[in-house]
Amino acid sequence: MRVLAQVAMVMNLDKCIGCHTCSVTCKQTWTNRSGMEYAWFNNVETRPGQGYPRRWQDQEKWRGGWRLNRRGRLTLRAGSRVARLANIFANPVLPGIKDYYEPWTYDYRNLVNAPLGEDYPVAEPRSLLTGKPMKIEWSANWDDDLGGSVEHGDADPLVVRARAQGEQAAEKVRAAFEQTFMFYLPRICEHCLNPSCVASCPSGAIYKREEDGIVLVDQDHCRGWRQCVTGCPYKKIYFNHRTGKAEKCTFCYPRIEVGLPTVCSETCVGRLRYLGVVLYDADAVTAAASVPEDRDLYEAQLGVFLDPEDPEVRRAAERDGVAHDWIEAARRSPVHALVSRYRVALPLHPEYRTMPMVWYIPPLSPVVEALTETGFDGEDAGNLFGAIDTLRIPVEYLAGLFTAGDPAPVRASLEKLAAMRAHMRAVNLGEAESGSPSEAADAVGMTGRGIEEMYRLLAVAKYEERYVIPTAAMGEARRLEESALPAECSLDHDGGPGMGGEGIGTGGPGPFGEDSGRRRLPLVSLENFHALRRRQTGDDEAQR
Amino acid sequence: MNTLLWGALPYVAFALLVTGLVWRHRYDTFGWTTRSSEIYESRLLSLASPVFHYGILFVLAGHLLGLFVPASWTDAIGVDEHVYHLFSLIGGTLAGLLAITGIALLVYRRRTNAPVLLATTRNDKFMYVLLVGEIAMGMYAKVTNSSFSSGYDYRTTIAPWARSLFTLDPRTDLMTGAPLTYRIHAVLGMILIAVVPYTRLVHMFSAPVQYLFRPYIVYRSRGPLTEQPRPRGWERLDA
Repeated sequence: MRVLAQVAMVMNLDKCIGCHTCSVTCKQTWTNRSGMEYAWFNNVETRPGQGYPRRWQDQEKWRGGWRLNRRGRLTLRAGSRVARLANIFANPVLPGIKDYYEPWTYDYRNLVNAPLGEDYPVAEPRSLLTGKPMKIEWSANWDDDLGGSVEHGDADPLVVRARAQGEQAAEKVRAAFEQTFMFYLPRICEHCLNPSCVASCPSGAIYKREEDGIVLVDQDHCRGWRQCVTGCPYKKIYFNHRTGKAEKCTFCYPRIEVGLPTVCSETCVGRLRYLGVVLYDADAVTAAASVPEDRDLYEAQLGVFLDPEDPEVRRAAERDGVAHDWIEAARRSPVHALVSRYRVALPLHPEYRTMPMVWYIPPLSPVVEALTETGFDGEDAGNLFGAIDTLRIPVEYLAGLFTAGDPAPVRASLEKLAAMRAHMRAVNLGEAESGSPSEAADAVGMTGRGIEEMYRLLAVAKYEERYVIPTAAMGEARRLEESALPAECSLDHDGGPGMGGEGIGTGGPGPFGEDSGRRRLPLVSLENFHALRRRQTGDDEAQR
Repeated sequence: MNTLLWGALPYVAFALLVTGLVWRHRYDTFGWTTRSSEIYESRLLSLASPVFHYGILFVLAGHLLGLFVPASWTDAIGVDEHVYHLFSLIGGTLAGLLAITGIALLVYRRRTNAPVLLATTRNDKFMYVLLVGEIAMGMYAKVTNSSFSSGYDYRTTIAPWARSLFTLDPRTDLMTGAPLTYRIHAVLGMILIAVVPYTRLVHMFSAPVQYLFRPYIVYRSRGPLTEQPRPRGWERLDA
């Protein structure tokens, strides 16, 4: 057993209102640069829908992730190492810019410079690739809120699969379409335990950090072979078409290192994201990812996670160099609770065999709404349990997303959420005593106390309970703080404005193309970490 | 002139290559890539790029064989000059055709596809002219100096000269007898070698052979959280 710690995320889809705040703040932080206009490290998709890039879930086409070969061993779906090197001169399954969308801006100058005329001047769209006028036909969330679904709703690979499963499921998905059911799916990089992007990289530039499991691209060693873009089944590695390098979600590691949540979590309006440490057995990952049946992968991944309450595990973790405050954080981890203790969170597409580490609580709210509309008591446990199988969005569809098609774990999760509603209503109406067992809790095999703890985590958890992030090194905190402040005049560095240099943001091509040569890149800005933290978490107004 | 071209230029080119590689590695590892344009256009590229690259690899193998395997060795295994000549003529021309077809398609693609053209730097254009000129000159030299029955035997002049460079005793006199087309090809070749580190051609030195031998998953430690000298591209933005 080799214990490693991973900072993981859970998203509660019940609470997502599809406002895209996470996407926008992420973009402002990480990808508001030339070459990355089309890239969204965080994006929010409407389900059912094609997603971004279009039909990314169709691995028959994009060949991402792992599969088992004839001998039952893991191999990349895109082909063996030799086959991949043979294809290195042109990647046969690379998504083109049109599969994402052609980035554009507007010719705003025309608004003020247009000659006097009858018509009101407009800002025409201009392609950011060619600078020429273009017709906007697609974007990262073109089918947001089911827009255009009548036309291309059938393009969702999961709808196709659900239809193929049989008449009953097919009928349900059709009905779902006519009644316009939908939910939102925010997506970031999964920071997998068995990342196929890392395995695809010919240069060895992508790596998984031992300390926190964050998967990063070493920009200086990436040679732009583009194999990782194909390798990632979630299509969460983006090719910077100006610098010729791969870039991806960083899990906001500079923030995580000092105990702050990622930007997408920090700014989430619905407060639906949870961050916490999960301990896992690194030696068990490959075996778990190699189980023959796709449907067993969810259970197999749960088996890789270790229980931080187990003294045996804690000893092993200390032995393997996991810091003490990380082990303590793992015990308080909301992610561990939602994933392993309550088992309400599920992985996204475990059948890709990458062991993803961003998990989702499937959406239940629409069931309650639908029930109430039909005149039934939408929060009665019996009614709810019965309704789960007649969800307008079929359980089969959710199972296709979260459990490789096995409806049982999805149903179990939804039943727990339903039981929680029923139990908490009983408590609030004085029909049951807080902490005592109730009919609803019994039905899903939970204690009254357990269900109330889950309720607290899902409904009222505060900032510190939702984001339990140990800092990279408490002992080095002071030094970190100092390093965030300039030691010398900020203009005096080599090539800076103070030295007669060009300064920040003066782009233009270098000797070997965009951004080459000794030029300063505006990459990441951090305010003094502890000042930021105080401001965001302090109770006292005067401290802010 | 003779000494300059065949005695000095090779060493200058080699020195530029080596110092250029070291310099670029230290100064610009971040820019060490070909800046692929596949994301803009992949249909033509997926045909043209492999054709060119496999062609040019065969061409490279042919040059290594022709220049650095002495005639006495091939004679020893029973391959006489005529058989060798046919092999070199047919094999070399086929490989050359692959390379030139590939690069013609690639240049056409670069010229006609707006985003690809926009991503092309002046440095790239210079490199393309030099590279296409070099390949075309090589093909021309070979074809105009050869027939099926006989051909110019560069293994008595150019090859010994090339080998003599490594003993630091260049036999420049050998090159005076070579046809003009071959000599132009050789000079262009040396210039091409010299500019490799300063163009996108540098990507040939990062052929990822190590991929075949490493474990699939790469783990790396975050390392100590101390202030380290920042490599290019990671300079502080400052508050």
